[in-house]
Amino acid sequence: MSGHEHVHGGGAAPQVQGKQTPAWKMLATLFLAGAAAGILVVAVYKVTLPAIQKSAAAKVDGAVREVLKAPATYDTLYLVKDALVAKAPDGIDPSELPRAYVGKDESGTRVGIAVVGEGPGFQEIMQLMIGFDPATGTLIGIKVLDEKETPGLGDKIEVDPAFMAQFATRIAPIVGVKGKAGAPPNQIQTITGATISSRAVIKVVNTTVARWQDLMQRYDKGATP
Amino acid sequence: MTAATAPVAKKDDAPAFDPGAPPPATLFQDVWRGIGKENPVLVQFLGMCPTMAVTNILANGFAMGVATTFVLVGSGLFVSLFRKYVAHEVRITSYILIIATFVTLADMLLAASFPDISKALGPFIPLIVANCLLLGRAEAFAAKVGPVRAVADGLGMGLGFTVSLSALASFREILGRGTILGHPLFGPRFEPWVFLMMPPGGFFTLGVACLVVAYVIEWRKQHAPREA
Repeated sequence: MSGHEHVHGGGAAPQVQGKQTPAWKMLATLFLAGAAAGILVVAVYKVTLPAIQKSAAAKVDGAVREVLKAPATYDTLYLVKDALVAKAPDGIDPSELPRAYVGKDESGTRVGIAVVGEGPGFQEIMQLMIGFDPATGTLIGIKVLDEKETPGLGDKIEVDPAFMAQFATRIAPIVGVKGKAGAPPNQIQTITGATISSRAVIKVVNTTVARWQDLMQRYDKGATP
Repeated sequence: MTAATAPVAKKDDAPAFDPGAPPPATLFQDVWRGIGKENPVLVQFLGMCPTMAVTNILANGFAMGVATTFVLVGSGLFVSLFRKYVAHEVRITSYILIIATFVTLADMLLAASFPDISKALGPFIPLIVANCLLLGRAEAFAAKVGPVRAVADGLGMGLGFTVSLSALASFREILGRGTILGHPLFGPRFEPWVFLMMPPGGFFTLGVACLVVAYVIEWRKQHAPREA
């Protein structure tokens, strides 16, 4: 250690004893400091909010286009009371609702839907954007939005493009196999050294596809009776 | 209180004496101290938690250092400016309030300008408020000197923190991932030392760095007197 103990030691040196600060003065100090801090924080929040929202929206938009293989347009359906609706009811903030992005090609034909699925990974919740065709359960593409898997092993689910590429054209429910994946259209080869993370991805994909397939079928029945 | 019977005599006439006040120094010394012999990470062992957590890749370590520097300079300035108006009994509360404000600002500014780095650092930016380095410098230095020296000290400590974190993070990223700032260095045949990317790798790297620094300090101690 250095010899400058007096610089970073003995901070709380007792001041002159016997003289007490009146309570109102302490209250006034803290009140003024708190008010100034509050104003400053709110001001910067107001300034930075548009940029933060914009980057979050851009990230979702990029993920939707990626997992649906660049659709011409996409609509948003909101999940309200376990049913999909095209427009969020009044009084509910649409940004809080789970949603499905319905991708369409140039002629307006539906190419598939993209939804966010999440589930437990090796040590933390992982979030995926999953694009699939709700009629057949065929996957179009998936992308990791958030994961905290072991760096160097489990994070290959996000870093290794070969693993994610396998999901396209596979049909859910998917089965993970070690070694070489076989011919059946529902097999995915798990990553060596990251079997748990690979299985976690497969489980999230399967549960999410099953749930939203059901929701979409009920929505389609309601929309075109 | 029994002020009248206190043994301290003529306290009103006595010159303001603070045994904890830092000695006079040039601005350069105030800045350099934090980078060199009072380096917060490698000498003072302050801020170990973010050091372990975010030094897995260089971009994260550097961003953490810059965010901490911003908070150190900002809080140092304000602690120093208001040092005569803050009642002694509520000073720690006030310091924490000032530090928390700047941490919140740093968090929002980072999220607005570098969303990817902000996401990678996750909860560790808000946790700067609990970094002993901040309260330590506020209480031991900024509260006892003028605003210029307080800013110089904050800048020095922040640079020392940034340099240390960047050095540790470079070591871990190069060997643990075979990249620097995301650029591959060694080609496909390189087998990354995955251990370094995990938390134990952080302990290992920090331990080696502290060993080297302690050795240099000890070597200097033994050789300096003979030259003098």
